[in-house]
Amino acid sequence: MENTRSRGTPQAKEIESERAYLLRYARLQLRNPAQAEDAVQETLLAAIEGAARFSGKSSLRTWLTGILKHKVIDQLRRSAREQPLEAADDRAEAEAIDALFAGDGHWRDMPSDWGNPDAALENSRFRAAFELCLQRLPERTARAFTMREVMEMTTPEICQELQITSTHCWVLLHRARLTLRECLEITWFDGSRR
Amino acid sequence: MMDTCRKASELLSQEQDRALGPVERLRLQLHLLICERCRRVEHHFELLRAAIRRCRDDG
Repeated sequence: MENTRSRGTPQAKEIESERAYLLRYARLQLRNPAQAEDAVQETLLAAIEGAARFSGKSSLRTWLTGILKHKVIDQLRRSAREQPLEAADDRAEAEAIDALFAGDGHWRDMPSDWGNPDAALENSRFRAAFELCLQRLPERTARAFTMREVMEMTTPEICQELQITSTHCWVLLHRARLTLRECLEITWFDGSRR
Repeated sequence: MMDTCRKASELLSQEQDRALGPVERLRLQLHLLICERCRRVEHHFELLRAAIRRCRDDG
């Protein structure tokens, strides 16, 4: 998957050809498909209007992804205003995490051996299972996690965006990883596989 | 000084988000030395990061 390496002003057609990639990126962040479409549409329009500003120093894809990040954050802010996060969800999530550990703080179940990670990553069915697990994460946890892992934002950047403390941010990221781990353990690496 | 798996898991997660202090690193290393469960979870967390980036970049 080579990036387009054109120098000079990119044509609308070249920009449009990155739509599928951008949509995939947006969908990992925004669970509402209409919002993901909107963010991508706005990105493509902004890119076509501002094509002259593309310096050619980075790849076209990198430049477009930079624009998309801002559009995704705009969408996240919009949905945060529309649907405030529920304290009850937070409690339910904390309880689910507590249930993974025994009273003495050790794992309740033995985490299984996932074998060769490269083999899993190469398997498109594994990636589909992973995305399903991602969809099941509670909203705010998913937001923090995808900001960290998809957009590669730093903890301070995430804290600022979500208006939370760094401790809270680490809690959310830890929950996301534990929940995803548990979900994959059950849906992919179950006992029948190894 | 013996840490629980829960604490180790927190540190394994935070290790992906910030630089751990020397004492934290030592505590984590000591725990991993004796705990196969947490060594597995360490690999699982690494795979999660690789998986999401693969999903992002591959289509």
